[in-house]
Amino acid sequence: MTLKGHAWKFGADVDTDAIIAARYLSATDPEELAGHVMEGLMPDFPNRVKPGDMVVAGKNFGCGSSREHAPLALKAAGVACVIARSFARIFYRNAFNLGLPLLESAEAADGIAAGDELLVDLAAGTIKNLSQGTEFQARPIPPFMQELLAEGGLMQHVIKKIRAGG
Amino acid sequence: MGMTLTEKLLAAPCGRERVEPGELIEAAIDLALANDITAPLAIEEFEKAGAAEVWDRTKIALVPDHFTPNKDIAAATNVKRIREFAKKHRIAHFFECSQAGIEHALLPEQGLVLPGDLVIGADSHTCTYGALGAFATGVGSTDLAAALITGKCWFKVPQSIRLLYTGELKPWVSGKDLILFTIGRIGVDGALYQAMEFCGPTIEKLSMASRFTMCNMAIEAGAKNGVIEPDDKTRTFLKGRSARKGVFLKSDPDAVYARTLEIDASQVELQVALPSLPSNVKPVREVKDLAIDQAVIGSCTNGWLEDLQMAAQVLKGRRVAPRVRLIIIPATRIIYRQALREGLMEVFMDAGAIISPPTCGPCLGGHMGVLAEGERAVATTNRNFVGRMGHVRSEVVLAGPAVAAASAVLGRVGSPEELA
Repeated sequence: MTLKGHAWKFGADVDTDAIIAARYLSATDPEELAGHVMEGLMPDFPNRVKPGDMVVAGKNFGCGSSREHAPLALKAAGVACVIARSFARIFYRNAFNLGLPLLESAEAADGIAAGDELLVDLAAGTIKNLSQGTEFQARPIPPFMQELLAEGGLMQHVIKKIRAGG
Repeated sequence: MGMTLTEKLLAAPCGRERVEPGELIEAAIDLALANDITAPLAIEEFEKAGAAEVWDRTKIALVPDHFTPNKDIAAATNVKRIREFAKKHRIAHFFECSQAGIEHALLPEQGLVLPGDLVIGADSHTCTYGALGAFATGVGSTDLAAALITGKCWFKVPQSIRLLYTGELKPWVSGKDLILFTIGRIGVDGALYQAMEFCGPTIEKLSMASRFTMCNMAIEAGAKNGVIEPDDKTRTFLKGRSARKGVFLKSDPDAVYARTLEIDASQVELQVALPSLPSNVKPVREVKDLAIDQAVIGSCTNGWLEDLQMAAQVLKGRRVAPRVRLIIIPATRIIYRQALREGLMEVFMDAGAIISPPTCGPCLGGHMGVLAEGERAVATTNRNFVGRMGHVRSEVVLAGPAVAAASAVLGRVGSPEELA
């Protein structure tokens, strides 16, 4: 699966309160959450992000709370994938469970500038920076996570297992 | 080759003799928890999957505690949805607002977590229960929804880090100072994907409340879980709380750790974490002239009776500084009542504090003490991220109960030793 879009850059330790503040957590509607995504760090992000765009960040992206509203809001805002130096573990699980792909690459996190056009191959884990003519190799997505993505997230995986009598 | 406590805790529920770090396993769960923020999404997924029944109605806990007592119509609607789900599926451990409390103090208090248990919770501070010698970790709503159906969850077995504490604690220093000091040392991703095993003579002597506080903040170093070997203190705490016995496990002497960090606890002073990361830690002694507008004593980190006792010891016979709002939040109804009986509430009222019903409330900027632009709070909570307690340009300084109480009196961040 290949993805093409423009990069939005963020720093290290982006926490889930910054991705979606707790005052919006009474909402479960993805569209409503998308209207406030990342606004603590970049107030105009919800208005300017376009479907297919990608978030590029430093280490420990998604640290803090287990709120699934965070990956849900990013996905609903049209973010196609997140590339970071590393991810916080609960965010990592949640994103794959919901079908939002994540790629880990320190080189890509450093070598991509805001606005760069990117071409990502999820299966191969390659990230091409079309604007700068560079290419990065992310850590491969574990096979189990690839399976989840292919099935459309954890619940589809569970439903399939139930139907198969597992 | 020996196994760590965390490896043993994960091997048993998947019916194995041993598991290795890095392995993906599917394990049976002893308890699944969700709150008023995370349960609605999980219920939605559960229903979308077309599941007819939950896997075991006695192993599910639903605790509305974040935006309760319901702060607005949306919050009330979410809790109503949980209540209806609980009724329909006859969930054994649904805690209505009036019986509830902050989930991570409530479940141990109710005897719902025992040593050897495997607990998942759709709340990142689920790692608190590691203090009882259980494996407990935070997951998202979708993981929880799947567990409600299957009773299972997948895990990657984490490597363990051994944090060895030696030495006697200085006056006023508690588990909060130890964990803040540790996070300051290793960073907010210092234990990413790993288990933090707290051990050593200092931990053996530490109270259960302080042990809960330390495991509670393991997530603030990125850890999957925090854990402490259960011992006689654990046994005493559990007495009369559950009909189940629990399984008391220990790390093998030849267990393999990713690393060991030795900390001389006798040198740890009272700590604070300055905005805006829990790793931005300093001894309170080095913080000068940092004025505060609010102090919060409570939360799943420091809302235990012992925390309130420590705060009362500082506040007795003193007054909160003019223009500082001191909010005290006992973590559960039982703690509230104990504090009342011991006369702590009198001390707080006399000092000029206001007492809130049990709620997560202000910790996550929900309600009951939200900050305005430019305001600063000192709080015994666990996170000081940008905008955590309210406005994006408000600040939170993390501390233990002694420093929070002293700061409320001083009107600035300070220690009990500075009080006349």
